[in-house]
Amino acid sequence: MTTNPVNYIEPTTEELSEGVRLRRKKRVMNFAIDVFLIVVSILMLLPLVFLVANAFKTPAEMLSWPPTIIPRDPTIANFAAVLGETPLLRWIANSIAFAVMSTIAIVATSAIAGYIFGKFRFRTLNILFALFLATAIVPFEVYMIPLYFQAKSLGILNSVWGLLLGYLVMSFGIFLIRQNVIHSIPDELLEAARIDGAGEFWIFLHIVLPLLRGALGALAVLAFFQAWTAFAWPMIVTTTRTSYTIEVGLALFQTGFTVDLGRLSAASATVLIPSILLFVILRRNFVQGVASTGLKE
Amino acid sequence: MLKRKRWIFAILAILPTLAIFAYVRLYPIADTLRLSLFKWDILSKNKPFVGLANFRELMGDHLFIDALVNTTIIAFGVLILTIPMALVIAALIFHRTRSRMAGFYETAIFIPHVVSLVPAAMAWKWIFDARLGPLNALLTFFGIPAQSWLFDPVLSVICIIVLCSWQALGYAVLIYIVGFKNLPVSLYEAAKLDGASGPQSFWYLSIPMLKPITLYVSVVTLVSGFNVYAQAFVLASDAQGAPGRQVRVLVLDMLENSFRNYRVGYAASEAVVLLVIVLGLTLIQFSTLRERGKA
Repeated sequence: MTTNPVNYIEPTTEELSEGVRLRRKKRVMNFAIDVFLIVVSILMLLPLVFLVANAFKTPAEMLSWPPTIIPRDPTIANFAAVLGETPLLRWIANSIAFAVMSTIAIVATSAIAGYIFGKFRFRTLNILFALFLATAIVPFEVYMIPLYFQAKSLGILNSVWGLLLGYLVMSFGIFLIRQNVIHSIPDELLEAARIDGAGEFWIFLHIVLPLLRGALGALAVLAFFQAWTAFAWPMIVTTTRTSYTIEVGLALFQTGFTVDLGRLSAASATVLIPSILLFVILRRNFVQGVASTGLKE
Repeated sequence: MLKRKRWIFAILAILPTLAIFAYVRLYPIADTLRLSLFKWDILSKNKPFVGLANFRELMGDHLFIDALVNTTIIAFGVLILTIPMALVIAALIFHRTRSRMAGFYETAIFIPHVVSLVPAAMAWKWIFDARLGPLNALLTFFGIPAQSWLFDPVLSVICIIVLCSWQALGYAVLIYIVGFKNLPVSLYEAAKLDGASGPQSFWYLSIPMLKPITLYVSVVTLVSGFNVYAQAFVLASDAQGAPGRQVRVLVLDMLENSFRNYRVGYAASEAVVLLVIVLGLTLIQFSTLRERGKA
């Protein structure tokens, strides 16, 4: 404004007060939006907060109205009972083993396949990629029954290997890495390395993988949570109490005749708290991975 | 020569992944299609080819029809509840992107989507519980009679829709926020200069421009709605305590036919029905997007 003093017109008092009014209106609007969003956020979290609170409550307090968020006299009796009645720690260990192995398998297969499909333009590969693409939309539930019989004939039911069989590859992971390879690894870089005499495998290991670190991290988090929250497949593959994953163990624990919500809450909270913490720590990776699912138009 | 070497490397590198993929994806998908045409029972020795007889039997199977209807209601119920809410919440969060709270909003709304299904469903089982649940306590506080939420045939379906929407919302919001971030800022500035209010540019600019995103999120929500299983398993035990029986869903019906009744071929034909539904939804998405591309 002051750079052109000739044309500068002093704003009238009305104009100034109009500006103040508009700014105030905007601030009030933003405040209202914040209040609304805070209420929504709290409502979304409330069921989980109550679940954790219930885990520490006595049966009598479970009945009280309004429900308390901080238990009046917190007890760990529910946790003790659950740990005594169920192999909860074993279930958690099974889930962790399954999720970690699945993550490793998915990251490895996606990194290699994504790179090859992204940078090697041969007709055979295009056909193969189309095959991957075409099966990506088939939900797991559609083909899990034949897969179950394959696991059975391999003799790996009721083991972490059986669980793993369903979660070795992830079509979306291959697309994600392929997109990243195409957009963030220039051909010139690879050509330069080839001219310098680098082997293909050396290039993949020392040039491509480091450049894909971010994308692979996002994929790893997605893969881990996918296996960690898997339900239908572990449900049919594991039938012995010691081989359950935590999801299956909890789901079957609640079907007993007496539904003891205190104990159920304690068992659920034991699983929930670490996974929420893990999510909050890895949020950026996770959001990046999930967000990229929506971008493949 | 060089090209040949690169080709060999590419094929050798892709081979292990391809082999795994063929074994755990292609083969079972093909096998599902094959089994659906056979009378393939675990107990009987001969497993004859029966053509489309399994599908014909499905049409008259009231348990299957029941499951199909329930699953469809759940899938569309979740869609109708989730999409408008997600759109509004995403718009508001995007509007407040620069505020310090934006990260908190996103995380809070997204957490239900990532936590394990079963523990989260437990939380809702307590909320809906007829005797202990806060929902009934709240209703009686306002003088509305308490309901047996999880045992009433209609109410239990609503409970599952609420639970699934609570989980689906975070994903939809996240994808919409990405969509908002990709919209051209200049258009909104132009609208503002022309005197459009915030809600006006949301209604006349954002909603039409986000149509591809809406379509994508809708199809993802519907497809996962048709695959609903864990939520019904936990919430909808029947009066005898048998899990998932109160609200029969497709996946449950399929697994029961396969592992309780040992009718694998029949279960496979149900899986094919599920596949056809999912393919149909995806095709609608693609063809709508293509039409837009032409226009």
